[in-house]
This record gives sequence, structure tokens and C-alpha cells, in this order.
Amino acid sequence: MTTQNTESAGVSTAQDSNQSDVLLNVQNLKMHFPITRGIILQRQVGSIKAVDGITFELMRGETLGLVGESGCGKSTTGRAILQLYEPTAGEVIFEGQDLTEINSGELRRMRRRMQMIFQDPYASLNPRMTVGSIVGEPLEVHKIGGSRREQQQRVQELLEIVGLNPYFINRYPHEFSGGQRQRIGVARALAVNPSFIVCDEPISALDVSIQAQVINLLEDLQSEMGLTYLFIAHDLSVVRHISDRIAVMYLGKIVELADREELYENPLHPYTQALLSAVPIPDPEIEKKRQRIILEGDVPSPAEPPTGCNFNTRCPQVMEICHQYEPSFADVGDGHRVACFLYDEVESLDESGQPVSHTA
Amino acid sequence: MGNLIEVRNLQTQFFTQDGIVHAVNGINYDVAEGETVAIVGESGSGKSVGVMSLIRLIPEPPGKIVNGEVNFDGQDLLQLNEEELRQIRGNRIAMIFQDPMTSLNPVLTIGRQITEALELHLNMNREESRARAIELLELVGIPDAGARLDDYPHQFSGGMRQRVMIAMGLSCNPQLLIADEPTTALDVTIQAQIVDLVTRLQSELGMAIIWITHDLGVVAGLADRVLVMYAGFIVEEGPVDVIYGQPRHPYTLGLLRSIPRLDLGRQKRLIPIEGLPPDLLDPPQSCPFAPRCPFVIDKCLEENPPLMSIDAVRKSACWVDLSDVEIYDTSADEQVEAVA
Ligand SMILES: Nc1ncnc2c1ncn2[C@@H]1O[C@H](COP(=O)(O)OP(=O)(O)OP(=O)(O)O)[C@@H](O)[C@H]1O
Ligand SMILES: Nc1ncnc2c1ncn2[C@@H]1O[C@H](COP(=O)(O)OP(=O)(O)O)[C@@H](O)[C@H]1O
Ligand code: SF4
Ligand code: SF4
Ligand SMILES: [Mg+2]
Ligand SMILES: [Mg+2]
Repeated sequence: MTTQNTESAGVSTAQDSNQSDVLLNVQNLKMHFPITRGIILQRQVGSIKAVDGITFELMRGETLGLVGESGCGKSTTGRAILQLYEPTAGEVIFEGQDLTEINSGELRRMRRRMQMIFQDPYASLNPRMTVGSIVGEPLEVHKIGGSRREQQQRVQELLEIVGLNPYFINRYPHEFSGGQRQRIGVARALAVNPSFIVCDEPISALDVSIQAQVINLLEDLQSEMGLTYLFIAHDLSVVRHISDRIAVMYLGKIVELADREELYENPLHPYTQALLSAVPIPDPEIEKKRQRIILEGDVPSPAEPPTGCNFNTRCPQVMEICHQYEPSFADVGDGHRVACFLYDEVESLDESGQPVSHTA
Repeated sequence: MGNLIEVRNLQTQFFTQDGIVHAVNGINYDVAEGETVAIVGESGSGKSVGVMSLIRLIPEPPGKIVNGEVNFDGQDLLQLNEEELRQIRGNRIAMIFQDPMTSLNPVLTIGRQITEALELHLNMNREESRARAIELLELVGIPDAGARLDDYPHQFSGGMRQRVMIAMGLSCNPQLLIADEPTTALDVTIQAQIVDLVTRLQSELGMAIIWITHDLGVVAGLADRVLVMYAGFIVEEGPVDVIYGQPRHPYTLGLLRSIPRLDLGRQKRLIPIEGLPPDLLDPPQSCPFAPRCPFVIDKCLEENPPLMSIDAVRKSACWVDLSDVEIYDTSADEQVEAVA
């Protein structure tokens, strides 16, 4: 979000002038993992449809929140975009180039522009490396650090940017708290001057009192450097705070995407509505009066998603058509997109179960 | 209503290679019959050690309950022998843990794990206990309970396993249910199912609950009373609406301020609590929150404030009067419409 960035920091970055640019364009992205049986002769007996055809755009300088329940495919989406997995299908057009098409040399060059911050600050840092070598490693990999001295200087600069004492450069990860480790992860991601960062639940493993520190840091860095974020989280309150637009995922698909306030004030998809109603609010007065939508049952396995609308096994408003057809991800106005027959112009079904006036 | 459990001056420490971990530093509280008390605080603040001490589930060594009394229905649990305690644990006081996978036995069927407790505590025979197990699974909303009895834990989802844990916890009609972050590992929609389930069961069965969590949102809808822990101390205590309406300890205030709220206009900037909690190996003599506290005065550095009554229902461990401080400084908030 740009209004906030420019007014709070008062800095004008190169990105300001072309903020409406599309930085990333994801088209019908699929990531299926094979399920194999047999020890010697592995045969594929099915596939886990972790990400199953998602489409969205990300503007330069924007933060897109990606929310959904555990296992719905958020991390896989992030990884498939960065080509840490080889996508099963679809296009990932980043700064005008389709990453799924380019050769490995080109991809390596593009990697500098895209980084990832991980969910678990404990597991994602190599315990045997010093902070200096962890943060400096990307410089080395991409051979952009210059001399040893210059590299060291750059690392100290980075530590300062993320609010760590540059003097910590020779310490090891275990000497830091969770919040500090997450800062180290951020410094490492920033080392190569990326324009795009996938933040995969960067605060979920942190204590409440520390979470706000890291959120503020990410916001400051964005306004200073014009970064673009894909911010993955399951905490809807945090996502609302940090995002410009929000995409809601369920079982490998994006079911709704809208501007932040539009999504919270006017959620259309029954899953989004249930998700929002489930978020506890730290106010007893409100909580006592709230009517929750309690969803029945569990998320189906992504190896055998239901046919038709994949939410039909839990949807409180399920209709007959939802079992037979899959709703399209349609724009209902002002870029608010939703995949649900409640908003599709389907009047009724004829005797054979065919929709009568389906606007495909 | 009378007190079901009274905790007095409970103090638990761990004697480790690096020194003494001061995990719980003399805490006092009561839980009335049928009441729900939430314990909140960040990780390491002594929430789990505090409740595990009640039923002496602290690994000894390195742990040791060095002081205190836990009066439950007229007896001090800390004075009972192992056999007497076993009669109470899992029977009159039940406990549910954070991670249902580690607390369920992976090689026993779901059914067997429930019937075992019933046979042990309630002297039921095989048929009786099996029938009761089905009843319990139905009670916690497991569909087709009779057939699922012969499944193993790994065949259940996380939310279902937690429901099984609750079924087991409730199997002997406990007077007190201790739930240690039972929804932390679960998604919000599943969390809502579990919270809904537990509140419904409580109104049917009438047990008291101690619910531990770090999520202030969950507490708001669930608890009658809240205890806030910091560095092994209870720093604030009171009815849930009073605490959330006007926190009187800077740590509670800081927690409420640092989380974004779904229902409020979007805060322009979150107000974090700066710094880190103290090292419990070397706890300060001062107020433990002093290094992070925006209200600190000289006295805080000299003397750790005890938990003091502010009025008839609430207590706070702080030398400074926060009664005029607003939780949300609305002037600093960016109003939602400005974002368009
Ligand atoms: N390498 C893999 N091989 C097989 N299946 C995988 C692999 N990675 C992920 N999956 C499966 O794909 C689905 C989506 O996983 P993903 O990690 O993207 O979920 P997520 O939304 O990030 O969840 P969480 O909130 O728990 O982090 C899950 O069913 C998961 O088990
Ligand atoms: N077995 C143990 N050995 C040493 N220290 C322990 C042990 N169990 C807990 N502690 C320490 O006791 C303190 C309180 O822990 P705990 O009650 O688990 O916190 P929480 O509030 O997160 O539940 C922490 O400093 C923790 O590291
Ligand atoms: S398409 Fe049907 S099942 Fe799917 S969300 Fe909409 S109403 Fe529910
Ligand atoms: S006693 Fe002093 S340092 Fe401690 S919380 Fe109160 S004001 Fe802050
Ligand atoms: Mg993930
Ligand atoms: Mg704990």
C-alpha cells in the first residue's frame, strides 16, 4: 500500500512513479506432488493437488496477504512462484519474464530479485554458521559482495537495518531470541537487494509481544525500499493490518480476492465468512454477542478433493449445482473476485442437471 | 460458590547445569466450582509449569516444587502420596495438552485409550466402557463414533485428535479440567469448533476449567476470570471484561496494544513491547517488567511489587496507577476510510 508508505516515511523511491506496474503475474499455477507406491519400482498412484490452478497479480510496492488454513497450499504457492519447486502447470511472469520458461542461468539471475523469509526462525538458520556468514551467504552465491571487507561492511549495514547490533556479526543463531532470529532471516533476504519477498508466516512462531516488532520492521523496510510482499499467514488480524489486498485460499485454490477493507466488510465466499467469524476478538463484550459460523468437519485431503466446488463438503450454503460444477473465479466488481455459485448468474438447473443460464 | 481449588505461594524451580530456573515464583489464586479461569502470558512465563505443579506432573529432578500449598476439596495435593494422587489425576482433575499427537499413544486404538481410563477409574467392564466411549466421542462431535473407535490416532485429523483428548479428559466427569493451550496447534475454524464444544460441555457438565493460552482473543470469549503471568509471577488478575476494559498492569496493556484487532479501524502502526522477557536463570530483584516498561519509576528498580488488590475483584503487581491510561490511542489510528 502506497499511501501509507509515502506519507509515513516521507521518502520517495524509484518505485513511486510506476506503482501501478504489475510486478508478478501468476496464471493458473498448479503444483501437484506425486503419490507413489512400491519400494523398488515406484509407481504413481495419485497426486496431492497442493496448489490447483490459481491466478492473481501483484503490483509493485504492494502487499498481498495470502490466508487459509494449514495445508491449504500457501507455502507451496510461495515456493512454486520462486521456482523452489518446478510447477506442474501455469505461468509465473515476474518483471516481464515467465520464470517457468527461462533457463537456469537466467533463473539464477532473477533469484536475486526474489527472496523468501521463512515460518520458523529456529529451523531456517544453520546453527553452525555465524550471523555474518548467514547474512553474507547470498552475497557470495550471487558474487555481488565485492571484497571480503566490503562484504563484511554490507553485512553490518544489513544488521543495522533490521535493528540488530552490527557487533553481533560473529555470534551463532542459538545466542538469539526468536524475534532476533527472524530479524537475521530478514537481513539475509535483503542482502541481494530484492524487489519481491515472500514472507511465509514470518511471525507465527514468535510471542505476541515480539510479533509487533517484526511487523513494524517489515513495514518500515517496505516503505524505505519499495519492496513488494506476498505475505502468507493464517492470522487474519495480522494480514488485515499489513496487506493492501487479500487472497483467501482453500484446498489449493484461491476462493476470494479483494482489497483489504472490502474483504473484511463485505466477504462474499461462505468460507471467507466462516474464517472471519472464527477469529477471536480480544474484547469480552463483543465475544459474548458474536454469532459464530461453526464449520462442520475437516478440510478434505488434497489428494482427493471433492468434485464440483471443493468447499461443498463443509459449506453451510451448499446447493445442488455445487456438486456438479466448479464455480469460476469471477470479478464481481472493482477487482473483488470470488469463486462461488451464489454470485454466479445461474438461475436454476434443468431436469438433466444442466445450468439454465450459466454465464461462463 | 465455593472454591474448588486454592493455590497458595506456589513456587517451582528447575535445578539445571546452568543454575536454578525460577519458573514459578510464589503464585496465589483460587478457582471456584464451575468457573473458567484463563492463564495468559508469553512462552516461558511459567503457565505450564504452574498448572503441572498443581497435580505434581513436574519431572523431578530437575524440577522441584520448593514451596506452596494446593488445596483441592479440603486436601493439600502437594502432601498426598503417589497412589492418592493417581486417584485424583485423570479422574477428578483432568488435563488436556497442546499437542494431541504426543499425548495420544500411537500404537493403541482411539477406543482402547478411552476405555482404559474408564476401566481404571470407574471400574467399568469392557462392554460398559466401550458403550461409554462411543457416547463420549459422539458428545465431542466425532461422526460415526462406533466405527472410528478402532482407528489409530494417525487416522484422525488434528482437530479430531484434540476432540478425542477432550473426550478422554471428560470421561470420568472431572470437577476440574486443565487445558494447556489446547487450540494453539489448530486452525481458527477448528479452534472455534473446540471452544464452542468446551463451553457447551461445561454448561452441561458444570466442571471448572483452567485454560492456558497466549491468545488474548480466545480468552475474551471463554473465561470468567483472567490471570496474566510474566516471568513466573501473576502480574494481574481480575474478571475478563474488567481486565480488557481497563488493564492495570503495563504488561497487560502492552499485550492488548501490540495485537492488531479485526474489529477496529486499522491501526497505523502497532505498538510493540520493546525488548525481551528476563532470563529466569538470573531473575532481577526489581520489577521483572522494568526493562521493558514505559511507565517505570525509581521504586520499580528497588522493589518488585507484590500482587496487590486494587478493588474488590482485581489485583495488579505494579507501583504505578494506570487507571487513566487509554488502551487504544485513537488519535494515532489511521481511520479505515482514509485508505481508499
Ligand atoms: N514436498 C511435498 N510433497 C508432498 N506433499 C506436499 C509437499 N509439500 C507440501 N505438500 C502437501 O501440500 C499441501 C499444501 O501444503 P503447504 O505447505 O503449501 O500448506 P500451507 O498452506 O503452507 O500450510 P501451513 O499453514 O500448515 O504452513 C499439504 O497437503 C501438504 O501436505
Ligand atoms: N524440564 C525443565 N528443565 C528446565 N527448565 C524448565 C523445564 N520445564 C520448564 N522449564 C523452564 O521453566 C520456565 C517456565 O516454563 P513453562 O511453564 O513451560 O512456560 P509456558 O508459560 O510457556 O508454559 C521456562 O523458563 C522453562 O524454560
Ligand atoms: S459454490 Fe456452492 S459449495 Fe461452493 S462455496 Fe459457493 S455455495 Fe458453497
Ligand atoms: S512496577 Fe514499575 S516497572 Fe513494574 S510494571 Fe509497574 S510501572 Fe512498570
Ligand atoms: Mg506453510
Ligand atoms: Mg506451555
